[in-house]
Amino acid sequence: MAVVSVEDLNVAYGNHQVISDLSFTVNEGDFMVVVGENGVGKTTLVRALLGLIKPHSGEIDVPTSSEIGYVPQFRNIDEEYPLSIRDFVSLNVKAAGFPWLSKRERAKVDRMIRMTDLTAIADRPLGLASGGEKQRAYLAQALLRSPKLLILDESTASLDNEMKYELLDLVTRFQQENLSVMFITHDWDLARHFGTRYLQMMPNGYSEGPINELPEPEE
Amino acid sequence: MLTLAFMRHAFIASTFIAVVSGIVGVFVVARQLSFLTHTLSEIGFAGASFAVFAGWPALNGMILFTMLSSVLVGQMSIKESRREAVISAVSALFIGLGILFLSLSSQTASSATSILFGSVVGISANEVHQLIALSAVVLLITLVVYRQLKFSSFDPIGARVAGINETLISVIFLLLLALSVSVAAQIVGSLLIFILLTLPAASAKYFTHGVCKMIILAILFSLLGTWLGLLLGYLTNWPVSFFIAVIEVVIYVVALVYQNYFVEAN
Repeated sequence: MAVVSVEDLNVAYGNHQVISDLSFTVNEGDFMVVVGENGVGKTTLVRALLGLIKPHSGEIDVPTSSEIGYVPQFRNIDEEYPLSIRDFVSLNVKAAGFPWLSKRERAKVDRMIRMTDLTAIADRPLGLASGGEKQRAYLAQALLRSPKLLILDESTASLDNEMKYELLDLVTRFQQENLSVMFITHDWDLARHFGTRYLQMMPNGYSEGPINELPEPEE
Repeated sequence: MLTLAFMRHAFIASTFIAVVSGIVGVFVVARQLSFLTHTLSEIGFAGASFAVFAGWPALNGMILFTMLSSVLVGQMSIKESRREAVISAVSALFIGLGILFLSLSSQTASSATSILFGSVVGISANEVHQLIALSAVVLLITLVVYRQLKFSSFDPIGARVAGINETLISVIFLLLLALSVSVAAQIVGSLLIFILLTLPAASAKYFTHGVCKMIILAILFSLLGTWLGLLLGYLTNWPVSFFIAVIEVVIYVVALVYQNYFVEAN
């Protein structure tokens, strides 16, 4: 069953065409890696999927915003950022007319913190967490509402190699519970290791297929 | 001291102002709107001088001007890179208007002093009731939008992706801020308004790491400043605003020292 379906997508900034006639689907449980050099429109594609920009033409069929989890590469979180990891994760509870968390919501936050291996540091300020811990907190927040689709936008770019694998290992645990993943990356090795399907974006076109058919990167 | 009606009014008014400032201030600091808060206080000054000119109560003029201009500033500075310049322009315009209205009205120097530096000990029972009603409005709206406001203030990227209508939340918050500025200006004056709307919350964030605890602490710091300020003002006959300013700055310095020498050292 398709979770994301994109047909003949065209996105332009003024006269500059960024995405031309792009079509692809992401099915339930897929780990779709989106690879391509800078400037081919990967981030634009993510913004279009998230509904942050309006496409020029074409069809985008994605889950509603509350059913999409998103982990960006950077957030504006410095060492003086005041929230604890637990408070940061719980920001993504469903909107309600009362401020406090219900017992059920607190249990949900605790469970997500446990599943992302953050229990021991949950009450520490997020601003003082390491790069890998921050990314795990972003992941926990993104997954709090049990989304159907998780978009990782170059989320491993600032991590060292060991942490990259740790973070994506964690993601595959959720993927095995039928979460669909779109992972935008420059890293072909990671793409091959974790992906089940690929979408390669190039200046002159696109290709898509099972991960074992992912071509070598162009030099 | 509390047998005097004007001091009772002052304590009741300052309590509500401290609670409102503590709550709204946490979001002001998180959304980095201290500069805008300062500008709104200048706009409040213009509104109050307009009210003096028109023969209205100062609070009504402040509310009118701050609410109109907060939406205006919010709309004009949607691009963050443009925000500071827009705020400077609006601020310049309104200070000019404030001076114009004061010069056109018959009561100049004493009115200007009272608007700029506050006159809490001159608050009447009627004004106290008005303050309580406005504070209740601010608190009620904050409660209703609390979760969305918290998300968009402390993680705008996540909030945008989660489908929170940021423009709406931003406008609601700017209106809440405008109301709070008008309310708090009664006690510390429009020139020192940002003391209560920024410093207690800015200090609180160094002592705790949850939004709710930050709000509680910010309220406590505001209460400490206003209550102690009133007491010292009563005892010495010096301006209450001066004491509030000094107390809040001392708390902030203590918070910075605590952060630098105790938290970061660990």
